[in-house]
Amino acid sequence: MSILIVIEESNGAVHRMSREAVVAGQALGRDFDLPVSAVLLGHDTSDLCQSLDSTQLHEILQADHPLLGSYSSDGFSRALAQVIESESPRYVIAGHTYMVRDFFPRVSAKLNIPFLADNIAYRVEGGALTLTKQILAAKLVADVAPAGDGPCIISFQSAAFQEEDVAEGSEATARQVSISLEDGSIRTTSEEPFQEAASAVDLSSAEVIVSVGRGIGKEENLPLAQELAAAMGAELAASRPVVDSGWLEGYHQIGSSGQTVAPKLYFALGISGAIQHVVGMKGSKNIVLINKDPDAPLFELADYGVVGDLLEIVPKLKKALQA
Amino acid sequence: MKIAVLVKQVPGGDSPLRISDDQLWVIEDNVNFITNESDAYAVEEALQLREKSGEGEVVAVSFGPERTQRTIREALSKGADRGIHIEDSYPYSSDPLKIATALSEALKEEQFDLILSGLQSDDYGFGQVGVLLGETLGMTTATLVMSTELSDGSLKVKRELESGWFQWVSLSLPASISIQSGINTPRYPSLKGIMGAKKKEIKSVAPDSATAAAQAISRVYIPQKTKKTEMIEGTADQQVKRLAEVLKKEIRVV
Repeated sequence: MSILIVIEESNGAVHRMSREAVVAGQALGRDFDLPVSAVLLGHDTSDLCQSLDSTQLHEILQADHPLLGSYSSDGFSRALAQVIESESPRYVIAGHTYMVRDFFPRVSAKLNIPFLADNIAYRVEGGALTLTKQILAAKLVADVAPAGDGPCIISFQSAAFQEEDVAEGSEATARQVSISLEDGSIRTTSEEPFQEAASAVDLSSAEVIVSVGRGIGKEENLPLAQELAAAMGAELAASRPVVDSGWLEGYHQIGSSGQTVAPKLYFALGISGAIQHVVGMKGSKNIVLINKDPDAPLFELADYGVVGDLLEIVPKLKKALQA
Repeated sequence: MKIAVLVKQVPGGDSPLRISDDQLWVIEDNVNFITNESDAYAVEEALQLREKSGEGEVVAVSFGPERTQRTIREALSKGADRGIHIEDSYPYSSDPLKIATALSEALKEEQFDLILSGLQSDDYGFGQVGVLLGETLGMTTATLVMSTELSDGSLKVKRELESGWFQWVSLSLPASISIQSGINTPRYPSLKGIMGAKKKEIKSVAPDSATAAAQAISRVYIPQKTKKTEMIEGTADQQVKRLAEVLKKEIRVV
């Protein structure tokens, strides 16, 4: 029995959320007194393996196969299922990345084991594991637990653990794990990843950002935010619903599917604070939120909060700042 | 082309959320139940795929308590051809593997070419039933789909990757894909559609209760506040005055 951390590659390095997953896995290893190992799915993963050299791990398993050279849900799910069957870990841990969302449920169904997804914390009581996840747009949280004693798969939300907390140690042993994938087992073909129209504004270097959410109400109200941004010398950004509605171009979007920013001031207008948005702005030095919903989760993160009608407050604030 | 679209009924974002006595869910009395947001996009995508191919059938499928029928009816009023309701005796099931098993039992005879689902539900957000079902039925799968192209029995989808990247992926059929919000502009039901939906069939199916649980929610509660937030109170004018002071003198960005 062991803790097995699934490592994902991102731009030739270990994905940030995989490093956070290592922290989670190491903590679980201490709590359950189990050895902690990592698994790399791919082809020729020796560079990635080396980059884990100083990380305190029991073993680094290389699940290597030519058909795993580029990501596919078919290939990665079969490979990980084979690793779990041969290694019998108690917990399989990963960051809740887009790739993990894409193929982990397949592993859960193949092996008929639970996938406890997108958790923010865990605790151990009487030897039993309980996970915590946000529900109902982060307005509430829920304790979730696996029903049986068998192995289970667990993913953690971005920033649930801090990557700086990775425990360093002596060199882990690398070991090849054989994967069998016959020709034709990958039923999909993937083209090269691409980015859409390049960003006209570099939000990541902006010192002040005025960001608009669904609470702006309608497209006709956008000038209020634009004028406030102009008065403050700020860049304009938005949460996903505003971009989905076509009110602003995609390059204004902050969050997991948009840009990540850390300005001196993040001035949020009518943003509720879904986690997909929060991961893109939680590093901001100061957060101010105006929202008419006092239960908006982003108030939890804000340094200053105003419960009120932004359509009334924003024009007045613009005037006050220009006075 | 025979298309299933999985829809879920969830509490609307502006609903009051008071925790129920058993601490497992919310008191439903004043909750405004709506179609899950990304599922509404999946319904629209299914209808557009049927319209583009000029033939075929769209079946709206939902797992949930009796009130769920309203969500199926909404998809029918927008143009789905018929509905399948897997009637759950429990009002708030939260075990994705068990739900997917029930869906698989109910749908395997249908031989769908394509299953569409929303990326994740806005209540529990486990985000996996569509993929679990695809795997169980031996289909190809793809998630975070932002565009679909169907031609000659194969499907090409544009997948969203992280940090503003995308990728085109071709899949063989049958396939189960999960749709990201924003892929299209969901239509409103027409009056004719609403009237017509009343005559459309919704088949009710009882789930196989013998399936063992894989995971369970043991308690629902209000999150602990960790950060100190200054809530600026008063009239709008008082709030504006304090905000201007904060921006000029405390954060000093103006």
